[in-house]
Amino acid sequence: MTNSIGEIENSPVIFIIGSNTTETHPVIANSMKRAAKRGSRLIIADPRKIDLTRWATRHYQHKVGSDIALLNSVMYEIIKNEWHDREFIKKYTEGFDELEKTVSEYPPERVFEICGIPADDIRELAMILGMAERVALYYTLGITEHITGTDNVKTCANLQMLLGNIGKEYTGVNPLRGQNNVQGACDMGVLPDVFTDYQKVSNPVVRENFARAWSVESLPDMEGTKIPAMFDGMLHGDIRALYLVGENVIMSEPNQSHTIKALEQLDLLIVQDIFFNETAKYAHVILPAACFAETEGTFTNTERRIQRVRKAVEPPGQAKEDWWIISELAKRMGYAMGYTLTEQIWEEIRKLTPSMSGITYERIEREGIQWPCPDLNHAGTCYLYCDNVFPCGKAKFQPAQWKPAAEVPDSEYPFVLTTGRRLWHYHTGTQTRRSAGFDDVFPEELIEVNGKDAGKLDIKNGDHIWVVSRRGRVRVKTWVTSRVSPGLCFMTFHFHEACANVLTNNAFDPVAGTAEYKVCAVRLEKEE
Amino acid sequence: MKNISLNIDGKNIKTVERKTVLNVARENGIYIPTLCYHPRTKQAGKCRICVVEVKGLPGLRVSCSLEAKDGMEVLTNTGRIIETRKMIVELYLSSGRHNCISCEGSGTCELQDAAYHLGIEKSSFPNMTKDIPIDTSSPMIIRDMNKCIQCYRCIAGCNDIAVNEVLDMGFRSSRMTVVCDTNKPMGKSSCVICGECVQLCPTGALTERKSATKGRDWETGKIKTTCPYCGVGCQMYLHVRDNEIIKVTGAEDTAPNYGSLCIKGRFGYDFVHSHERLRSPLLRKNGEFAEVSWEDALDFTAKKLLEIKKNHGPESIVGIGCARTTNENNYVMMKFMRAVIGTNNVDHCART
Repeated sequence: MTNSIGEIENSPVIFIIGSNTTETHPVIANSMKRAAKRGSRLIIADPRKIDLTRWATRHYQHKVGSDIALLNSVMYEIIKNEWHDREFIKKYTEGFDELEKTVSEYPPERVFEICGIPADDIRELAMILGMAERVALYYTLGITEHITGTDNVKTCANLQMLLGNIGKEYTGVNPLRGQNNVQGACDMGVLPDVFTDYQKVSNPVVRENFARAWSVESLPDMEGTKIPAMFDGMLHGDIRALYLVGENVIMSEPNQSHTIKALEQLDLLIVQDIFFNETAKYAHVILPAACFAETEGTFTNTERRIQRVRKAVEPPGQAKEDWWIISELAKRMGYAMGYTLTEQIWEEIRKLTPSMSGITYERIEREGIQWPCPDLNHAGTCYLYCDNVFPCGKAKFQPAQWKPAAEVPDSEYPFVLTTGRRLWHYHTGTQTRRSAGFDDVFPEELIEVNGKDAGKLDIKNGDHIWVVSRRGRVRVKTWVTSRVSPGLCFMTFHFHEACANVLTNNAFDPVAGTAEYKVCAVRLEKEE
Repeated sequence: MKNISLNIDGKNIKTVERKTVLNVARENGIYIPTLCYHPRTKQAGKCRICVVEVKGLPGLRVSCSLEAKDGMEVLTNTGRIIETRKMIVELYLSSGRHNCISCEGSGTCELQDAAYHLGIEKSSFPNMTKDIPIDTSSPMIIRDMNKCIQCYRCIAGCNDIAVNEVLDMGFRSSRMTVVCDTNKPMGKSSCVICGECVQLCPTGALTERKSATKGRDWETGKIKTTCPYCGVGCQMYLHVRDNEIIKVTGAEDTAPNYGSLCIKGRFGYDFVHSHERLRSPLLRKNGEFAEVSWEDALDFTAKKLLEIKKNHGPESIVGIGCARTTNENNYVMMKFMRAVIGTNNVDHCART
């Protein structure tokens, strides 16, 4: 997030696109609901009638995968009505002309055909956003999990730059990160192209710095492989070993049969986890890990706040902390890491990570600090780009063209399936399904189907049906509901008994490598 | 804000305006019992146990709703105040089934605390218990309305903090009670089980089902940590007894959640102690997994990695890190892949 959770409650206009916030980030949703009760405008663009719409001023139910068209059209109207922040654009940005040219191709009447929102509603949305003093934009995976995910994010940024909604309180481009430490894992450089702090592996100075700190002669300069290409590499035989730490890929990766085929090719699959999950079956060796309550360390939340994690109980049996296991492997491969405490690791991170240099365990004993925090006297940063200072100089508009999803419905597979999470479970269910009471609240997967579609197919609420895509089929119970519009269905990947990722498409965004979990084509078959 | 000074129980206190007498007293270590007041739900003015005397003002004043003014002279423990508080607590005790013996609220119960401070062993009023059936319909929360003192804190939490708008006061007069939706059992209502109400309840009327009989509050250690579920990063306390997490509560004094949690953060902790946890390294031998020592597992893995690296090059090895584990663990993982294996083939589920 460019801005902070604490600002939400006082934001005059909150624009949420592609985030089912009450179910995926419930405590942030509380702030949004409180804001709405106090009079803020809560504006939602989402293909589903998510629970948060109960508190919304307006809900624009656009078609899945039409975000760029919708936002470009909103920008078309904003520019046409001169609601854009000319001063901000002139002083702090570049590329406005290209943006204007691109969005000029998106008049609301045309965009209605793409996104299904009437032209007047698009104009209304543009007016609400364009005339507001400040707008804070929030998104989640509804924006990113598309083959155009990168362009979707850029388009959100374009909109906020156009309105000068950046570098100030109650504004910003605010992705709500889905997992407790997905922000931290990125910050730590668990990515194929960067070290910590997004320092590029292609930069020789950076490599030399890390090589010196780690006492190695040199470090590889070639950008590594992203997850989708890893699985393709296994199928082609280029990749022979996978070290998998805490990820249940069989359930969480799209197109399950493709994932299974890839894992079966490996000479060595190391699974380091807390449970014998669905993926562990394919392992050659399984290493038992300690969980969050059994380890010291830090997590970084969605607002860049580095917070302490503390050991409360002993790990079961012989389970060990991840860093211990990895260090022991390193030792046996001829490299001594020499850690005995997590604080030593943090101190090393701090030295190599300029934006976190000022954060110590002692300083975050009571409350976390938000990076950037470059020195010990720095209080941390609530919102980025204060005074409109951008790391790249001027902020650059990066206009994007809408294009359809990789797989669109046809006569054989006439429905769009979109996927996500529910409040009652988490991801592949490894934790919530092993905690008492959760399966009582929500015991099995439900596919959301609109009443009109159910009527046509003669499916009743609670019937079990087969959902079939080009990649697989699952048997699942039906929830006939107006949460989805006709033609759209929704499932999750919480239940191995009926996992949406058997069906999902593994086409991915060419830049980010994010798969298109949010769109695939399916057909619904009545059970005979 | 303007500086003011006032006198409480003979103590001269300097503070700033727009504070309640209760808050000023508490900030200065003066105990005034409260039942309906909570820093997060603010003043309610319901229970009236926080009464004080103010020179120049008639009768007793409710300190949670009384603004501290310059020059005020406040007394918090005169005979009249103590008698009034005693009567209020005794009326509460007689209005329900406040039996502490096996109450889960014992130790954190504010009614118990008030009775203790006032030296009340039992109420001098006849007991008016209505024997309301205990609502056990929710998988996570037990509602015992016999212990409810109608402080409205749960209602404020549900409507003003979590904004789930499930709880409200229903019926009238002596039949008045807290209801879920239109007086449905909690488990059949629109409750999303965030447990905000449980955390705010001053008595044992709302308690955590899974924590029942697992340990008294004073027997548990409380370890502050960060929630392991979504990216909000809620701060919470793990209540631990005998190496077991028996309860989770939100940390009320810290960003970003200031005490709020959701169903997963508050109730999704017992996976930690699941019998299905991996307890030993396992090695696949002839298609079956066998328990092995760490030595054997690590030796096998390191040898195999070295062999693959030698035969196929470091680029034939990939690592997937974990968005669930700590920064420290992730850092060590990426260091391992880059410095030990010698490849940048390291990624995690941020993109999936």
